[in-house]
Amino acid sequence: MKSFFKVLAVAVLSMIVFAAPGFASDTVKVASAGVISGDLAPYGISALRGVEIAVEDLNAKGGILGKKIELLVGDDVCKPEVAVNIATKLVSDGAQMIVGHVCSGATIAANKIYKDANLLIASPASTNDDLTFSGEHPNFFRTIANDGAQAILMTDFVKNEIKAKKVALIHDKGDYGKGQMELVRNNFEKMGGVEIVLFEGVTTGAVDYTAIVQKIKRSDAEVTMWGGYHSDASKIVQLLKKKRVDTTFFGADGIIGDNFTNLAGKYAEGVYATGPNDTSGNPLYQALSAKHQKKYGEDPGTFFHNGYACMQALAAAAEKAGSLDYDAMRAAMFEITIDSPLGPIGFDEKGDVVGAGFSVYKVIDGKYQQVN
Amino acid sequence: MRWINIALGVAVAGIICFFAVRELLIDPMYFFELFLGGLTRGSIYALIALGYTMVYGIIQLINFAHGEIYMIGAMTALIVASVLGMWGWNTAVIVILAFVFAIVYSCAYGFTVEKIAYKPLRNAPRLSALISAIGMSLFLQNYVMLAQTPEYLPFKSLIPDFKFWEPFAHIITSVEITIIVTTVIVMILLGILIKFTRIGKAMRATAQDKVMSALLGINVNNVISATFVVGSATAAIGGVLIACHVGQINFFIGFLAGLKAFIAAVLGGIGSIPGAVLGSLVLGISESYFTGYFYSEYEDVFAFTILVIILIFRPSGILGRHDAQKV
Repeated sequence: MKSFFKVLAVAVLSMIVFAAPGFASDTVKVASAGVISGDLAPYGISALRGVEIAVEDLNAKGGILGKKIELLVGDDVCKPEVAVNIATKLVSDGAQMIVGHVCSGATIAANKIYKDANLLIASPASTNDDLTFSGEHPNFFRTIANDGAQAILMTDFVKNEIKAKKVALIHDKGDYGKGQMELVRNNFEKMGGVEIVLFEGVTTGAVDYTAIVQKIKRSDAEVTMWGGYHSDASKIVQLLKKKRVDTTFFGADGIIGDNFTNLAGKYAEGVYATGPNDTSGNPLYQALSAKHQKKYGEDPGTFFHNGYACMQALAAAAEKAGSLDYDAMRAAMFEITIDSPLGPIGFDEKGDVVGAGFSVYKVIDGKYQQVN
Repeated sequence: MRWINIALGVAVAGIICFFAVRELLIDPMYFFELFLGGLTRGSIYALIALGYTMVYGIIQLINFAHGEIYMIGAMTALIVASVLGMWGWNTAVIVILAFVFAIVYSCAYGFTVEKIAYKPLRNAPRLSALISAIGMSLFLQNYVMLAQTPEYLPFKSLIPDFKFWEPFAHIITSVEITIIVTTVIVMILLGILIKFTRIGKAMRATAQDKVMSALLGINVNNVISATFVVGSATAAIGGVLIACHVGQINFFIGFLAGLKAFIAAVLGGIGSIPGAVLGSLVLGISESYFTGYFYSEYEDVFAFTILVIILIFRPSGILGRHDAQKV
């Protein structure tokens, strides 16, 4: 009798264990992970809203493979160590595909978990080159161009349009900012003709950047290039203007958007930055912006349309593959072309987006306007 | 051992002097600008460090929530200035009211924090009060984040650009001068308060021996509350001025600024008011020179190295008292 109970217990337990991954579920679980709290939250929230609206649209048309989509949300606060925990939780909650993360450092850390779980991940915002170039992230795709493309655009513009001879490169010591500035430095060294007079990192969130600003002034740099996010950039820009340093400030997509122009106010005037192509002429783009305006009562943030495109791409791949099987879906990702708000986009063999690139913007009358 | 220490100190000082004189001769303007930059930075640290050091002097508690009081001061000023600005009030009135509200609000928070988080633990082991302080700091940060916003908010400078100063503004801005002058005034006022007033005398007595002062008829609770209120007021002034300098605030600014100011207070000798200012200036000026002549990437490493070196030779800080204390 005793042994019978043992067998019964084992049988029941094993049923519970095997049932856990949710074989019989009638929804497709999609996880959206990124930074949705803390000071970088605007980036992650804009992407999350893109995914939310995409899920609504897809569900209205019947979902993926006839099943409704259920959205799981994870917040990594832009920290790699938190991202790993969030990724583990999302996988154990039964996520079947991932949109995210936002910060490159977090994506790199979290993708170890997703790769082991055989899940596809599409990021709306992580631009770090390693994600597609290193070959260590075969399950990774993105709907934003990579840092390498951005760095080439930046260096070309500084050399050929601004015609600067001396540049200072300042970064925030992070994966994204420092990586960006190292790419820029390599490009300048390859091209020649432009002298790098300063290459330095600063502490993010410091109360005072006077010393580094004095140093930029002494270096006589005609262009100061910044790798990092908008809040430190606005502090440095303000000081540069107040101390009347004659230099042009040039940032990457970390300072693109209204976040920066609102913070720096009148001091933002004349600042250059590279950012995703302006696709606001696209009808789908406009329709989605209107939908966002109606649902949230404000204009969409930086990565809203990229987030929408990520969800579209994953859904299209699943439909094409006819199943949620990893290998079939991955193969399908390379074949699809989707009508996204960024225009028609596809993916190359490394997982980088084809059809969406970067342009140079300049702050004119308090707003970023495309200049090339 | 003693002679080796002295010889080592002289050697290091000699090397530093040599480099300083050399750089001074090469580019005196740059040297001077870095000095002014360091002076500003030191004054910023000092405005926050004063509150740390006062509280520590009286109840030997490191008030980790002090950085948050500073942040609340800046937030209050921003809200008041924005609202009054919308109503179209006179700029001078806005500046005065913003400062007054910031100080009153911060004092109220400082007073309440002491009553809620520290007073019940006055006779508990010191570690309990320290943990309570860290908890309070986290609570206030998240409270402001939820009540206001997690995003950075632009802070329009309340200090106007002085007209007569325009030709020199590229060397040191009006806001930076205001910060330096305010620090000096606040330090002198605090000195007078502690040396010459009744409450100051009571503070000094309480700092020396709480039980004995209570026996002599001093209301120790009131004295401690007064210390928190005065410390919070200086933090609020600092918060508003620094926000004017930096041009932006969010819920997290108190943490980093508070940490650096705390280091400055320890460097100068925690518990001593001139020590806090001296420590802040030493830290600010040396950071400025380090960034200017070496490499800004390791600025923080350098700041902590100075702290370690000074604490090896003077364990209670530059101007600290020499009695053995447990922290």
